[in-house]
Parts: sequence; C-alpha cells; structure tokens
Amino acid sequence: MTTTAALGIFLAGLLTLAIYSFLYKDNPLYKFAEHLFVGTSAGYWFISNYYNILKPNVITAFGNSHGFWEYFNVIIPTFFGILMLARLIPKVSWISRWAIAFSVGISVGLNIMIALETNVMKQIGATLKPFESLKFSQGFLGDSVNAIIILISVVTVIIYFYFSKEHTGAYGKVAKLGIWVLMLTFGASFGYTVMARISLLIGRIQFLQNDWWNAIKYLF
Amino acid sequence: MSFLEKLDKMDRRIIFLLIAIVVFVPLLFKYKMKVPARDEVKAIYNKIESLPEGSVVLFSFDYDPSTLAELQPMAKAVLKHLMRKKIKIVFAGLWPQGPKLADEVLKDVNKKFHYKKGIDYTNLGYKQGGIVVISSMASSIKDTFPTIADGTSYDEIPLLRNIHTLKDFSFIISLSAGDPGITHWMMIAKDRFGVPVAGGCTAVSAPQIYPYLNSHQLLGLMGGLNGAAQYETLISDRDQASLGMTAQTFAHALIILLIILGNITMFLLKRKRNERRAA
Repeated sequence: MTTTAALGIFLAGLLTLAIYSFLYKDNPLYKFAEHLFVGTSAGYWFISNYYNILKPNVITAFGNSHGFWEYFNVIIPTFFGILMLARLIPKVSWISRWAIAFSVGISVGLNIMIALETNVMKQIGATLKPFESLKFSQGFLGDSVNAIIILISVVTVIIYFYFSKEHTGAYGKVAKLGIWVLMLTFGASFGYTVMARISLLIGRIQFLQNDWWNAIKYLF
Repeated sequence: MSFLEKLDKMDRRIIFLLIAIVVFVPLLFKYKMKVPARDEVKAIYNKIESLPEGSVVLFSFDYDPSTLAELQPMAKAVLKHLMRKKIKIVFAGLWPQGPKLADEVLKDVNKKFHYKKGIDYTNLGYKQGGIVVISSMASSIKDTFPTIADGTSYDEIPLLRNIHTLKDFSFIISLSAGDPGITHWMMIAKDRFGVPVAGGCTAVSAPQIYPYLNSHQLLGLMGGLNGAAQYETLISDRDQASLGMTAQTFAHALIILLIILGNITMFLLKRKRNERRAA
C-alpha cells in the first residue's frame, strides 16, 4: 500500500463515519461530508462527460473526419447538442425543444419495437406457452400449477388496472384478487430492497474492518 | 408509561444500533455461510462449465461504486470460474466506471491465474449510449470501439482478431445496477441475435428481472449478495459474499423479529385502547 492510497482510504473511512453520524442526528460533520460528496460528484461527472462523451464524439471525431458525410455525422448532433444549451437563455429556450425532439424521436424509434417485442410479446408468449403441454402427472405437477398461477395473476392484475368498468360484483372480486397479487409482488420487492440496503451496510463495514483498519495501521 | 407503550415509541436510533451490532459482530468472526444455489444461478455455472477452453465471452460491468458491495463479489466469483475454465474474456461497460471496476477485480483474481493482456483478456472500455452501443456492437464491434480502454487500436489486439460482432461471443454476462444493463443486453443480444445472456443484478432490481428468466430470455440470474454467495458455493470458493450473507442472515432475523414485535405491540395497544373506550 502506498502512502497516498492509505491516506485516501483513511479519508474515505472518516467520511463514511461522518455520513453514518446522521443516524444519530443531523450534525456539521454529516453536512460537510454531504457537501463534499455533491461537489466532488459534480466535478467528477463534468470531467467524465468531457472525456467519455464530448472529446471522443465531437473533438476527436471531427479531427478524424474525412469527406462530407463524416463531417455531417459529427456536425449535426453537435449542432443539436448546442441547441440544448438554449434552455439557459429564457428568450430563446424554445429552440432547445428541437434538440429534445431529435433525441426523443431517436430513442422512441430505437426502443419501441424492441421493448414491445421483449416486454410484451415474449412475456405473453411465455405466460401462455406452458398450456401447450400442461400435464398433471408426477414430475410435471409443480410446473403446471405454477403456469396456472402465473396466468391467473397476470389476468387479475390486468383486470385491476382496467378502469373503464366499475370494480363491483364478480368483476370487482377478480380485481381484488389482482390487488392481492400486486401486494405479494410488493412484498417480494420489499424483501429484496431490505437485502440490498443491508448489503450496502455490510459493504461499508467490511471496508472499515479491512481496508480502513489496514490504512490506519500503515499510517500510524 | 407501560412497557408496551415504551416499545411502541422506541427511539429509532436503538434499531439502527441493533442493526449495526448484528451486522458488525458476525463479520468480526469471519464465518462464511454456505448458501445453497438455486436453479437460476446454477444455470450460469452450468453454461460456463459447458464452454470449451478458449471460448470468448463478453463480460459487461454495468454498475458503479455505489453498488460495489453487491456486484463486485459476483464479478469476482464469475471471473474466477471463467479463468479456471481458461475462457477468454472481453470486458466492457455501459456505465462510465464499469471498466475501471473490471480492472480492479481482474487485478485481484489474476494474481492466481496469470491471464495475459490482449491474448486471454482485453477491456474494451466504456462507451456512452446504452442500448445504442449494444445495437452498434451487433453490427460491428470494431466500429463501436475503434480503440479500446487503454487507447490501443482494435486491430492490434490478438484476442479480437476473430471477434467482429456480438454473435462471435459464446456467451454474454452483464452485472447490472440498473439502466443500461442486463435487460438491454437481453433485448438486443438474445432477443434479436440469439446470443445467450445471463448475469447479475442488485437485489432491488431482481424482482423486475425475474420474469425474463421464466420466459427463457435470460439464461440465468444472480440477485444481490445472495446470488453472489450462491455462486461462491458452486465454485467451492466461499469468499466476501458468503461472509456477508452471515451478517445478512442475522440482520434479516432481527428485522423479522422487529416486524413481529411491532405488530404485536400495535394490536395489543389497539385492544387496550378499545377496552378503555368501552369501559
């Protein structure tokens, strides 16, 4: 470990503790760490965006361009990128809408079919496919019951989100089953979220126990 | 104030302290838990096991340090397995800090395997654009990454000589913390070009990604630290994630206990209030 690395780790450990001190109550140490994080993040992303986006896609690309179409492919997106900055001047901020329209148009064009295929068509197919060969004999029972539960869940949740018909009578009962399915889904999501948050705490404690402690031993 | 009322109004800082203790103490004892692998994790392991020596896989690091605790142990476990099987690896990243994190894991794991840069592995680096980058890689990886992360020209990398499009990879692994990530690799590489895609994600995003397993759009999935620990069990190399899962288990037990206690307290106090009102 070098002294610079040890110093960096030592500081990171102190900042981790400063952030966690908020759990006791708001305090100047926490505020300092929070502001430092916001400031360094802004600086980091500015530089990162320059080197990862602006430099390769505009400066280097323009320098390496030969012929009309290569220049065209750099100049047009750069022009629209500059238009985006018009938002900073209230009088001409409307011009930025051209750039937004350009970028939204491209995103929609690229994503709409792919998303439809992946998230709708394939999912509908996967929900219905098991019914081609539904068997209740030994070894297939679990899969078959699973397929039926998934289909019922999908249909009831869709019914719950169909608001053109009042949720009363038998229709209301089916919609209520949809709510139960949603609640189960939220429960699963909550469980996973708890695991994720505890994992982050584990990561920080492991950092303090190993890296930070080693850095302290190295420095002092 | 009765005991129940005290419990009901317990300072939340006590809960924070209890969580900190149940996480810290198990980590102190360094007991690495054996987490049995589920089918979706086994599927990734089996796929890598089935690959012949010298196959080339794309390993995409689609996360940043904020999710390091969950995804880095996964990366380490999968990388160890790939290297044990002598599979060649092309690293990439749809998140700016991803390729740097790949370098870190590689530096650590490669101490044992001695993979050679440019021959056994290479790092394409980061390219901004998410799904557009993947689409572009499906047509030509060289056009997408004319130079790789360290500035070397694509043509100068021996490993990339026979790699032209995504179809040239035996398998794509994405460790993902959100958007862009594993779903985008699946949308393009698997759904459009039939290249198998698997990987891992943070626990928060796992419930949204599980439906793609059921539809066989994803070959396998590791969800959060638990998924990483399962993979460590499979490769018989229990490490950081298995250690973390011990603490995780104690923390979950405490949370469950607190939920039960909170509910019992609430119901008892409610009954008490109703009795008082009736009297």
